[in-house]
Amino acid sequence: MEALARLRYRLWPDHLLGEILSKRWTETAIPVIVLIAVAIALGRAIDGFFSIVSLADQARQAGEIGFVVLGMALVVIVGGIDLSVGSMFALCDFCALFCLDILNLPVAAVFVITLLFGATLGAINGFLIGYLRLRAFITTLITLIIYRSAYDLLIQDYSNRIAASFPDFPSWNFVGGGELFGVPSVALVYIVIAVFGHVFLTRLRPGWHITAIGGSRRSAYNSGIAVRRTIALCYVASGALTALGAVFFAARLGTVGGDVGVGLEVTVLTATVLGGISLGGGKGSVAKALAGTLIVLLVTNGLTTLSVRGGFNRMALASILLVAAIIDIRWLKNRTRIISKVYVSPTYHYLPPPPSTEIGGGGPFEQNDKLRDVTLIGLGRIEAPEDVILDRHDNLYAGSRHGDIMRFLAPDYEKMEVYAHIGGQPLGMAFDRQDNLYCCIGGMGLYRITPDRKVEKATDETNRSIYSVNDDSRLRLADDLDIAPDGRIFFSEATVRYEMHEWPVDGLEARGNGRIVCYDPNRNTTRTVLRGLKFPNGVCVASDGQSILFAETFGASINRYWFDGPRTGEVEVVIDNLPGYPDNINLASDGNYWLALVGMRSPVIDLAWRMAGFRRRMAKRLPLDEWLFPNINTGCVVKFNEKGEVLESFWDLAGANHPMITSMREHRGYLYLGGISNNRIGRYKLENADPNFVQYDKRWGRA
Amino acid sequence: MKRGRISQQGIVFVIFAALFAAFAFLLPGFASTQNMLTLLQNVAVLGILGLGMAIVVIGRGVDLSLIATLAVPPGLVLQMVQDGHSFSGSLAAALLLTVAFGLINGWLIAYAEVPALFTTLATGLFLAGVGQALLFNLDVVQWSDGMAGFERLGQGTAFGVPMPIIVFALACVGVAILLRQTRIGAYIYAIGDNPYGARATGVPTRPIVVLQYVLAALIGCLAGLVMASSVNSMPTRIFNSTWIYDVILVVVLGGIGLSGGRGGVVNVVIGTLLIGTMLNGMTIMDMSYSAQNLVKGVVLLAAVIADSFLNPRNEETAQQGDI
Repeated sequence: MEALARLRYRLWPDHLLGEILSKRWTETAIPVIVLIAVAIALGRAIDGFFSIVSLADQARQAGEIGFVVLGMALVVIVGGIDLSVGSMFALCDFCALFCLDILNLPVAAVFVITLLFGATLGAINGFLIGYLRLRAFITTLITLIIYRSAYDLLIQDYSNRIAASFPDFPSWNFVGGGELFGVPSVALVYIVIAVFGHVFLTRLRPGWHITAIGGSRRSAYNSGIAVRRTIALCYVASGALTALGAVFFAARLGTVGGDVGVGLEVTVLTATVLGGISLGGGKGSVAKALAGTLIVLLVTNGLTTLSVRGGFNRMALASILLVAAIIDIRWLKNRTRIISKVYVSPTYHYLPPPPSTEIGGGGPFEQNDKLRDVTLIGLGRIEAPEDVILDRHDNLYAGSRHGDIMRFLAPDYEKMEVYAHIGGQPLGMAFDRQDNLYCCIGGMGLYRITPDRKVEKATDETNRSIYSVNDDSRLRLADDLDIAPDGRIFFSEATVRYEMHEWPVDGLEARGNGRIVCYDPNRNTTRTVLRGLKFPNGVCVASDGQSILFAETFGASINRYWFDGPRTGEVEVVIDNLPGYPDNINLASDGNYWLALVGMRSPVIDLAWRMAGFRRRMAKRLPLDEWLFPNINTGCVVKFNEKGEVLESFWDLAGANHPMITSMREHRGYLYLGGISNNRIGRYKLENADPNFVQYDKRWGRA
Repeated sequence: MKRGRISQQGIVFVIFAALFAAFAFLLPGFASTQNMLTLLQNVAVLGILGLGMAIVVIGRGVDLSLIATLAVPPGLVLQMVQDGHSFSGSLAAALLLTVAFGLINGWLIAYAEVPALFTTLATGLFLAGVGQALLFNLDVVQWSDGMAGFERLGQGTAFGVPMPIIVFALACVGVAILLRQTRIGAYIYAIGDNPYGARATGVPTRPIVVLQYVLAALIGCLAGLVMASSVNSMPTRIFNSTWIYDVILVVVLGGIGLSGGRGGVVNVVIGTLLIGTMLNGMTIMDMSYSAQNLVKGVVLLAAVIADSFLNPRNEETAQQGDI
């Protein structure tokens, strides 16, 4: 049975569901599914619905309305509404035909003038709503009436003359009915505008401003965005886009009938909402606008083609709209809840029974009380020193929860100062050849503090994995590092699926979510070198200078990775089945390695790790506080050699003096201890240790 | 409203008074009693619809399906009587349809949480479709003998006042009592002011929202009956017109904010009077329908702009999703 479970969890990618759902584009899923369903239903019901002619005709109408929908989408995203689009459409249609038929202007001029005219109409809305801060709904309602009556008055005078003329310019006919490679002219222009609109909304600063204003007008205002101007410009854009649609409409039909654009605002608004662009602002995309447009158009055209009675046509349209809206709203409302339920996806993880740590049990892990009387540094003054490091002047550096690297000054370590302020929590640290202090910052990446205390970003991104659904290019939880002889920096990233504060959840999941990343300061490149590791944590360059030793915390193992020499790229297990969860690794003065065990394994967790379904049910049904997590309260320091033999261990049975150990650093005969949930740093006098040992001086050959 | 500030309803009332005075002074026959009654009669239906809209808008909603409820259930009454059913039975059927429609609207908005604007847009379309496809034989449903006597609702007079005005007045009183004197009315204001706050304090927000839409539908139906009886038919194509925008204008211009929780029956009356005066005056001046609309639009815009200068919106207090 267990073999089956192991196979099932190895082959089936449980974690993908949650990752796919948390993608922004899945918000568009419902409109697109509705669109496909409608298209299939109509395609089966109507012969030739998807013939070239029919499709081209659909595309023309879709383009014309599509421009208006894009404008409306923009206005809705910024938090407004534009009910006057139908009347603007009619006026722009009139403007184009007036310029062409009565003023006999060239086609290009007609285009420009109509677009400017539409932009002006939009600018009136924009001025009233953006600058005078009128309410969008009521204002555009009034301009709807004004524009419409202006149109009605104008066509009383000119409709006959426009109807009487038959303009015959190739360019105008191309606008109305031409095609390029079988694609209608209007569709081509629409594609160009839509692609630009997508880039504009998602990649450019003004687009972000629009979304920000729609999301929270107040916050946008307070953060210095030109709220009024941006809103006004959105209405201008809406007017111009409406004019663009109207030009194509004018070129295709060439009429100024009394019903041009009547009720267009309803169609357009329906398309907008149906696409999932929520009224009230802040949410929306070009893809949604397109999906909404196509649904509305397919349904109306399909029902017209089926020549059902007008009433049934309306009933069907209304029902589809309502059902789609209900599904869409439910989906958007519950999406985050669904994600939070399915994102945690535990997998099968087997560890053999751990070696004994019992007193009297013998072996290197036998518990003792050596660390009971460590002296304490900075008690109550430092918070969360995950790693500690000392320079050749014996000053002690440690990270703090407040985003600082603190320095305790030698010789008594009483005086404490902020060495550098970074902003994120400092984790592993190392000195390079030039005495720069490299530091992994949780949530921020790899940073460098120069000897004159300047903070520089080394790297915060790596190459994106091609097959990963989550964008894993950003460094979420860089953890510990060491520096190879040629200056390359190898650092671990514990997990790519969780943020720093959620790291225990990664342990619950027990999937290999972590990786080893290499940063080359000479070429300023960052590449991922190893993937799929179970919470890789401590990193230490081995004494051969060609490989690193790294700990996998939830794999309870130490591995070696060769980055140089004949075995480049190979990975070998050095120690497996540790009795606890390994954390940082550092050099000892005798050529061996120190290893911190941050917590000890327990039979309950070992068993739970073999029962993925149990942990999944737990994550779904219980509140976070009641989940079963790996123990991180009691740990020890062990020393092991190059071959992976554990030599001795240091314990504190009471755990009162120095409760938690995430790292240790040997320096001039003492062992300095750090712990991420401690408010102190421990200092332990080592027997038979080299009293002149300074780790990075020895590494860089200065000792 | 703070003292010393001129509210929107104040502005609209001033414009109304100025217009009224100007017309009375300049247009012969405007200020006559007969013309006043005509004026009121012409806007009575609009005013009744405005009351229905007001109930919904005060509760931070909007009902675009009012025109459908104005057209379809009264049309059903006329059609059923024409087909030989009894008048009371037809009326009961129409009321049943209206209530069911209001319930569907309310359920979609309160329980399915579809935005009101969108729901009523779609359900209005649906109801109009039902009428067109299933209920009516012709677009204009004609009066028939079975309805005899009922036309007094639209054409009769009481104490010299035309019935539509009386119905409007009675509806005003009824809605005013509902909004100001009953617990339900207080709940509606609370929901409009802050729906989440209202819910947190124990107001049964969802049932109340449903009730709002049922009431709006019933009032829409009443307006339709008045309209049908005054013209002896029900032109169901009225659904295609832009009348609903006039209704919203009446409500919002009168000073009932679309963000809910403010205003009352007085505001509807003021808004209705302004629109009525303008339309009446322009009709006397013999302006074309389009020109009337143009002037109406410009005057309304002026009123809204004046309001924005006297009561500017504050970026800090502007509500999210307040369009």
